[in-house]
Amino acid sequence: MAAYQLAVAGLKVLVLEAGRSYDPVRETPMFKLPREAPLRGAGSREKPFGFYDATVDGGWEVPGEPYTNAPGTDFRWWRARMMGGRTNHWGRISLRMGEYDFKPKTRDGLGADWPLSYQDLAPYYDKTEMLIGVYGGDDDLENTPRSSPGVLQPPPAPRPVEMLVKKHATPLGIPVIPAHLAIMTQRQDANRLPRLLHPGNALAQRVLRQSMLQRQACFYATPCGWGCSIKANFQSTTVLLPPALATGNVDIVPNAMVREVTVGKDGLATGVNYIDKNTRQDRHVKARVVVLAASAAETARILLNSKSTQNPQGVSNSSGLVGKYLMDTVGAGLGGQIPLLENLPPYNNDGASGMHVYIPWWLYKEQIGGKLDFARGYHVEFGGGRGMPGNGSFNFLENQTEGAYGKAYKEAARRYYGSFVWFDGRGEMIPNEDSFCEIDPEVVDQWGIPVLRFHWKWSDHELKQAVHMQKTFAEIITAMGGKVNGTVQTDGSRAIARGGQIIHEVGTCRMGEDPRTSVLNPYCQSWDVKNLFVTDGAPFVSNADKNPTLSILALAWRTTDYILDQMQKREVG
Amino acid sequence: MEENSKLRQPGGREPELQQPSDREPEGQGAAVGDGTVEAPVGLVRRDALKAMAAVASLPILSGLPLADAEAQTAPAAKAGAPASLQPPRAAGGPRGDAWDPDLLRPKKDWPRKLTTSEMATLAALADMIIPADDKSPSASAVGAHHYINEYVSAPGDGSARDLVRVRGGVSWLNLESQQRFGKRFTQLTVAQKTAICDDICYVPKAKQEHKAGARFFSLVRNLVATGFYTTDAGMKDVGYVGNVALPKWDPPSPAVLKALGLE
Ligand SMILES: Cc1cc2nc3c(=O)[nH]c(=O)nc-3n(C[C@H](O)[C@H](O)[C@H](O)COP(=O)(O)OP(=O)(O)OC[C@H]3O[C@@H](n4cnc5c(N)ncnc54)[C@H](O)[C@@H]3O)c2cc1C
Ligand code: SF4
Repeated sequence: MAAYQLAVAGLKVLVLEAGRSYDPVRETPMFKLPREAPLRGAGSREKPFGFYDATVDGGWEVPGEPYTNAPGTDFRWWRARMMGGRTNHWGRISLRMGEYDFKPKTRDGLGADWPLSYQDLAPYYDKTEMLIGVYGGDDDLENTPRSSPGVLQPPPAPRPVEMLVKKHATPLGIPVIPAHLAIMTQRQDANRLPRLLHPGNALAQRVLRQSMLQRQACFYATPCGWGCSIKANFQSTTVLLPPALATGNVDIVPNAMVREVTVGKDGLATGVNYIDKNTRQDRHVKARVVVLAASAAETARILLNSKSTQNPQGVSNSSGLVGKYLMDTVGAGLGGQIPLLENLPPYNNDGASGMHVYIPWWLYKEQIGGKLDFARGYHVEFGGGRGMPGNGSFNFLENQTEGAYGKAYKEAARRYYGSFVWFDGRGEMIPNEDSFCEIDPEVVDQWGIPVLRFHWKWSDHELKQAVHMQKTFAEIITAMGGKVNGTVQTDGSRAIARGGQIIHEVGTCRMGEDPRTSVLNPYCQSWDVKNLFVTDGAPFVSNADKNPTLSILALAWRTTDYILDQMQKREVG
Repeated sequence: MEENSKLRQPGGREPELQQPSDREPEGQGAAVGDGTVEAPVGLVRRDALKAMAAVASLPILSGLPLADAEAQTAPAAKAGAPASLQPPRAAGGPRGDAWDPDLLRPKKDWPRKLTTSEMATLAALADMIIPADDKSPSASAVGAHHYINEYVSAPGDGSARDLVRVRGGVSWLNLESQQRFGKRFTQLTVAQKTAICDDICYVPKAKQEHKAGARFFSLVRNLVATGFYTTDAGMKDVGYVGNVALPKWDPPSPAVLKALGLE
């Protein structure tokens, strides 16, 4: 986002990318079948989310680039070493943070407030949604803000399972509303939007128009997680980088592993040092302004590794807070089998890959009224029904039928296929002192760069929240006349996913009003180094239940506006 | 970790609709992966090397003359090492290894480990698990047993462990057949095969002396089901109707709504 915004504003931008270049238009296996892939597309150590997943040189491990866990910590860190990073295969769920989410401490006394309010970011949410293309409804529930009129694309109609959940969850007081996903259900208005988004900027309008004309609407087939060669959903590589490059202002160097930010005697950043992975040589680039967006933890790693006599604790770390207040999303899930869904007439369940509807957090009143034993909410992602058969799709039949084989097995397959639902809670974690990353004093990666060591602890709030999630899912499954698979946990530590497992890590360079208690100012500018900015999830002060990427993008746009303003005023650069 | 991987399984068939016009024909992907550095479509600027990468860290270079910036960033050119000593790593495109496979032309060409006779036993067992009926053919007719061979022969610890389980299981099955009926499994009547399968079809209910056989049966049943239901015949059997490009997304049909009590 930052590269795009700065380039259309006329600045020369150099992008350093640790991974290889990647072109979804040519590399995405659209309409490939599981049976064409090794082991019917099963996940593996090298491709944890399945053979076709659009993650290159990454996953829970990156070859040659380890990280470590402190004793007692089991943090998992998902990385993708490729152009466009994890946006090539993310879930595209794009929920806005609401008013409460920016001021959590004011509301319940826990965690910390953001130095901005929802109103500050709302215009950027609107613009970002128009730029990338997001479908959604215009429900306006508590702390679940709607977009301005005309911003969102229409959501696709719900699938049968989604309608069934809605029918049975509504009487329980649980709302089911259209989800917001960065997927286009219609083509963008290439004449209107560029003018609206970049008024008075002919270059921006030209390249954006051209880019929007290249994008098709979703055709409701093929999994988004493999990438989208028709550019119907949001990936940096299909939506932001093409117009950025079309300005002629951007150069991208792949296989360039940034090691540290260099700082001059005047305390300003002079550029960065990176390892050229092809030659294994260390190189330096000069820059007037440095923007870090290597993903939250990696950005902290770069700053902490930028040690010198001048900055013995790393760059931008006078507060000592770089790496601190690492957060992920709270996750817990449960599935069930629903007799009503058995033996249905065949129907197409594909749709826009991700969910069409979801459950936003609904117990704000109960929570503030002290009726729940944990703070902060969660939303629910759910689905089920007749997915395309893949590796292991029918393994459930063995237990379901207590060992059927032969004709009975085939009949059971027909009967039970598509009769399962699943629910996944995605909840807010309150930042705590015990969850952080730091430089491991002993381990370096294959480039000689010291690696991160993680420390992790959930508080009671998160553990109790995970239990509440499972209880709620069991209630809905039962209300649908179904049977829960597995056990509903009453012990939070059994219900909750591991730290990092939901892949929403944020918060390692938090922003704030006070340089002593934050790393960045409200514009994601380093307090210590005026020409250093961060535009990934690192500046997050809290991690609302809303998935972070839309907010990362909106914040990045706001930050670049500020950079441009500061450069004009000759404050930086 | 999120939603879509669970909501739908991977896969696809050629779209019935016309491909959008700016999409590249499949065949052109063939240019990728042969080690040449190519500028990807839609991202071309001046040359391929610079054309690709992610928003990582981006110093703004407006202070530098461009030539300078290029000199700083052109990788191999200035490095000085002879080309032959440099690692063969192109700027773009898949390298065809396990971390970065060519997704458009997947390979599963590792040597198969099971013998013809083991395969014959597995085919017979596969057809006990998924026999032909009036809706679809049997598992072996669509090659589900070949998938078992692909699986147990694959590189990796899991496959190595399951190779032992499948091999041992096949031998166990034939020994059991010999002991009970004096013949190999493939030579038994359906009633005789059924008698054995009944004893091993569910681990929790199997007798102690049949547990090993039951664990083998369980593994084979799951592999056969994957092998069978991922074929066209299998997908059709259960009535999977997706993975076709649609111009718009419609609400469920009246028949489905009625069945769900949603009209
Ligand atoms: C399976 C999955 C599903 C997800 N679903 C959702 C979702 O539905 N909604 C949502 O909001 N979020 C989702 N996310 C999270 C989302 O992907 C991330 O929030 C988002 O991609 C973060 O963007 P980023 O730019 O900070 O980091 P990344 O996308 O990780 O990009 C970082 C980039 O920097 C490069 N880089 C790293 N280190 C260096 C270095 N030292 N030098 C140079 N370059 C470097 C990397 O190669 C990469 O290209 C999901 C993630 C995964 C994996
Ligand atoms: S479901 Fe739609 S947006 Fe997702 S990959 Fe397929 S066509 Fe693209």
